[in-house]
Amino acid sequence: MTPAPYRVRSRRPDRADTVTLTLEPVRGRCPAFLPGQFNMIYARGVGEIPISLSGRARSGALMHTIRAVGAVSHVLCDARPGDVVGLRGPYGTAWDVPAAAGLDVVVAAGGLGLAPLRTVLRELAAHRSRYGRISLIVGTRTPMTLLYPRELARWRKSHDVDVQVIVDHPDHAWQGPVGPVTRLIDRIVFQPRRTAAFVCGPEVMMRAVADNLVRRGVPAARVALSLERNMKCGVGRCGHCQLGPLLLCLDGPVVDYQRAARLLAVREL
Amino acid sequence: MDALVTPSLEPLIEALRSVGYTVVGPTVKDGAVRMAEIWSAEELPAGVGDAQEPGGYRLTERDDDMVFGFAAGPDSAKRYTQPPRQTLFRMRDQEIEEVEPEAPRVALLGVRACDLAAIAVQDRVFLGRHPDSAYRRRREALFLVAVNCAVPGGTCFCASMGTGPKATAGFDLAITELAAPHRFLIEPGSERGAQILTAIPHRAAEEDDLAAAQEVSRTAATRMGRQVDTTGIQDWLPAAHDHPRWTDVASRCLSCTNCTMACPTCFCSTVEDITDLSGDVAERSERWDSCFTLDFTELGGTPVRGSALARYRQWLTHKFATWYDQFGVSGCVGCGRCITWCPTGIDVTEELSCIR
Repeated sequence: MTPAPYRVRSRRPDRADTVTLTLEPVRGRCPAFLPGQFNMIYARGVGEIPISLSGRARSGALMHTIRAVGAVSHVLCDARPGDVVGLRGPYGTAWDVPAAAGLDVVVAAGGLGLAPLRTVLRELAAHRSRYGRISLIVGTRTPMTLLYPRELARWRKSHDVDVQVIVDHPDHAWQGPVGPVTRLIDRIVFQPRRTAAFVCGPEVMMRAVADNLVRRGVPAARVALSLERNMKCGVGRCGHCQLGPLLLCLDGPVVDYQRAARLLAVREL
Repeated sequence: MDALVTPSLEPLIEALRSVGYTVVGPTVKDGAVRMAEIWSAEELPAGVGDAQEPGGYRLTERDDDMVFGFAAGPDSAKRYTQPPRQTLFRMRDQEIEEVEPEAPRVALLGVRACDLAAIAVQDRVFLGRHPDSAYRRRREALFLVAVNCAVPGGTCFCASMGTGPKATAGFDLAITELAAPHRFLIEPGSERGAQILTAIPHRAAEEDDLAAAQEVSRTAATRMGRQVDTTGIQDWLPAAHDHPRWTDVASRCLSCTNCTMACPTCFCSTVEDITDLSGDVAERSERWDSCFTLDFTELGGTPVRGSALARYRQWLTHKFATWYDQFGVSGCVGCGRCITWCPTGIDVTEELSCIR
């Protein structure tokens, strides 16, 4: 439960109140992590929150994309290079990207949900030939809140990923589609029975996308969601992150829809 | 070493103190039997009994001098395995220092079978997939003197949960209090327990002492104030998430958290952060929390379980069913504290029989 001190190596403001912090340990080396895992990040005297890893920098440092929504995330978003925060982890289950080998892949992101999925895209891109068609569908509030626009363009151009973006609220320059991200499922090509899906975003969005994919014939066990609950300890002892039988810090955050569907269907579970 | 018989617990208390244990046992305080440090056997509640019912606890006078003639009081061993509050670490400038956890050498005198089972449940929680070294140290520093229940309370149901009334494992010593003549049968349950016994004047237990002790536990098992049928509960309770009884119980539940505070297995905790006046040193501590509080599930400013219905359903379902999925055992040991200490007298055994 005691974090290690990590120094902010760099801070990159993204769009939409988000900041990507690159963190490296004050002493020692960065731990290994798997796509989908999270760290508990502590802001001195303010608190500690779980943040998914969104990548590894060339230096090996850990990247986290954080949106300022609460007391801790506000402080973390304001952190400057050289500042020291506490970090422990990585914790939780991972996206099983290797299991998608030989299959078509649908990656569906809603808003900040693209941050943890960035590690999936990087993994897919690194071994592009192992996978069939890869589609990335992204829903975002407005064109200006789209995360990682340059990387989206690169995945589209250099890694043969069908990247499609939809917005809730268009601006005058927007010529793309408007509406929920589920609408993009009609626009991508995949063979449902031979498809793996990685979904991250607000819970309603994940349920809508997963339901839609399963209705089309994607096996529920191959639709992976990243679930979010209040977390204090990250190691299965504080009780906060329960979802029915699951302790999401240990049994999640990545849970397949076969397990998650009936739990998410119960109101206020 | 075999079981022995002694007329007084004074030598046992002295022996435990002489090897450095703080002896914590039942005492009468605030109109209840509370666990507190004791120095002498004279502080034990001789002749004190209790009457427990849903939402009710009263001390009574017994017509004998039994010192363990009452059922589980509001305190359990949880206070000693998982302190209500503990400091985790301090951060000064760029340094984070772990705070050495306190692990006092405490001998708990009078732990009931249900509470031994509760400690075994907590062992699974804290020594499972991410073992908690502070918990392990506290556990190892704890010397457990069990007492086999003679008079279960009106809200007890350990027999239904298979945890009592006789202590069968997990203790250093186990006492059975016997009457006519008043004496204590003590059995060792560990090496260090046997070691302590060598320092106590005694005679060897005879056939009729052992028979009398067996009779105490046999009789106690037939006097449970409550019972519950847990057959298949792991399946039927989570499946009953939309049962109308949840609305009914939610209308009586105050979300006061008493049940979770009194429960010997409820382990939920939260953290608090403070900074000194200079702003240079920050400290993080952990304290007991409850799934009945609104901010327990807060996410982005809104609680996931915003209704009392959802919070009560979570607690009862977790305790009796999903606990198995997470830790391989039931979260309930049948001590009845949640029933006794509920200000509105909600009775889990009644709720379960209605939902079944």
